[in-house]
Amino acid sequence: MSWYDKLFEAESYTLTNGKKVSQKFTRLPLIIMLFLIAITISVWVTGFSVVTLFTNFTGFWKLFGSMFPPNWSYFPKIWQPLLMTIQMSFIGSFFGALVALPFAILAANNVTNNRVINLTIRFILTVVRTIPTLVSALIATYIFGLGTFAGTIAIFLFSFSFVGKQLFEYIETVNMGAYEALVATGANPSRAFVTTILPQILPTYLSTSLFAFEGNVRYAAILGYVGAGGIGMILNEKIGWREFQSVGMILLAIFIAVIIIETVSQQLRKYLS
Amino acid sequence: MNKKLEAVLSKEPHRGLQYGITVIILLILLFSSTPALGGAHMTSKGFEIGRNILTGIFTPDTSLLFGLGDSGVMYLILQTIAIAFLGTLVGAIIAVPLSFISATNIVPKPVVVVTRFIIMAIRTVPSLVYGLMFIRVTGPGPFAGVMTLAIVSIGMISKLFIETIEDLDEGILESLDAFGSTLFQKIRYGVLPQLGPDFISILVYRFDMNLREATILGLVGAGGIGAPMIFALSAYHWHQVGAILIGLFVLVFVVEILSDKLRHKILRG
Repeated sequence: MSWYDKLFEAESYTLTNGKKVSQKFTRLPLIIMLFLIAITISVWVTGFSVVTLFTNFTGFWKLFGSMFPPNWSYFPKIWQPLLMTIQMSFIGSFFGALVALPFAILAANNVTNNRVINLTIRFILTVVRTIPTLVSALIATYIFGLGTFAGTIAIFLFSFSFVGKQLFEYIETVNMGAYEALVATGANPSRAFVTTILPQILPTYLSTSLFAFEGNVRYAAILGYVGAGGIGMILNEKIGWREFQSVGMILLAIFIAVIIIETVSQQLRKYLS
Repeated sequence: MNKKLEAVLSKEPHRGLQYGITVIILLILLFSSTPALGGAHMTSKGFEIGRNILTGIFTPDTSLLFGLGDSGVMYLILQTIAIAFLGTLVGAIIAVPLSFISATNIVPKPVVVVTRFIIMAIRTVPSLVYGLMFIRVTGPGPFAGVMTLAIVSIGMISKLFIETIEDLDEGILESLDAFGSTLFQKIRYGVLPQLGPDFISILVYRFDMNLREATILGLVGAGGIGAPMIFALSAYHWHQVGAILIGLFVLVFVVEILSDKLRHKILRG
């Protein structure tokens, strides 16, 4: 940015006590210009148009309106897949968080003092995190066949990478004093880790895992789109058949389930912190 | 000395029962969730497909990966970035007023309950459903993706905005009042400097998330890198899948590093 400061000179003031201070010229025009260029390119690439949005927006409400009133008689057929969705997210999040712990320990450079291991594990976490959950679910259906197991695998992979990354970043910030003291008195590193570092990271670990679970319930609802089981499957089916009142009922059921799970999990997380 | 240590140790709260109950609840939940593991019928074909995907990733279709045309990975990445960028922007434009009328220090409690319920309802509908709804408005293509991401982002953006707004230090506003500042001056020197950095950092973070979300919108025909990937996957064109996955990986990785740096700079100067 030095070329910019050279182009626009800094303004200098003399204070009453004779001291000279200078203020750099504002960077705002440059930022606004870059921002406008980015907007122009994006609008051009995506074909965004406010006019179309306002003239055609009734289509959105029409579809939205056709979901009301929800088809209550459809509810008995919903709770089974809904339960399956929650079970998928629970199992996936649980094992994902469980496997993430050793990986996070290996990725944190203050506990595992080996640059090669650190970087390899971090690379694995990043690669797994890059793959969209829906794509990993689709690949899982190819490998494990259609059904809930594929969805569970996809959720497992997401939780694993998410919790793993959050946790290793947190481990790197913990207080290492007690750990070093124990190791200095002759405790072996794993014992020292369990008694000094684990209590420090446990609340964050649990609340991150719960957070991943919350998100996963919402996410699992669309995994059915690729045939990975759960409520997404019937959602996709009803959209295909244009039975929008049943779609409304499904969305309502997901909404209520998500509210209950989020409330419980938020209470737990508040208790943990 | 040892006695002292023992005395301290005995003061430690006994959490055995608490831990026991937690473990039992967890085990019950786990066992009741085992049906989710059903439905796996892994065949030798599964292994073969897994191997094919791996070979595809290591030998990507280079003409697709480095091609500059409309179907090349480069253009798809640009399109995905554009969708995520505009989506975040439109989402923010909707979220700002919504979060001001949902902050407890600005509006009365009953209003907050209503607006928060609306935000929560907006957040629950899966993005693919919004995608289908917006295709009715804009026709298939990246424009539908922009609107979908905008609506999907509202939930998280406004939740974090509300927290920032509720943390506003009102002492500053009172002292500006005491100086005799006008409303505009109060907003310019009292409110914006407090909210600005946090808001921008939240938006950068959401942009990062939207980029990932934008990659799946292709499923319903809402543009981005997702559609070609799904086509390639379902046609078993593993070399094309490999090329697109590599492009996706580089994109997400680079944006994540940049957004981390940017947020660090904004929040800590």
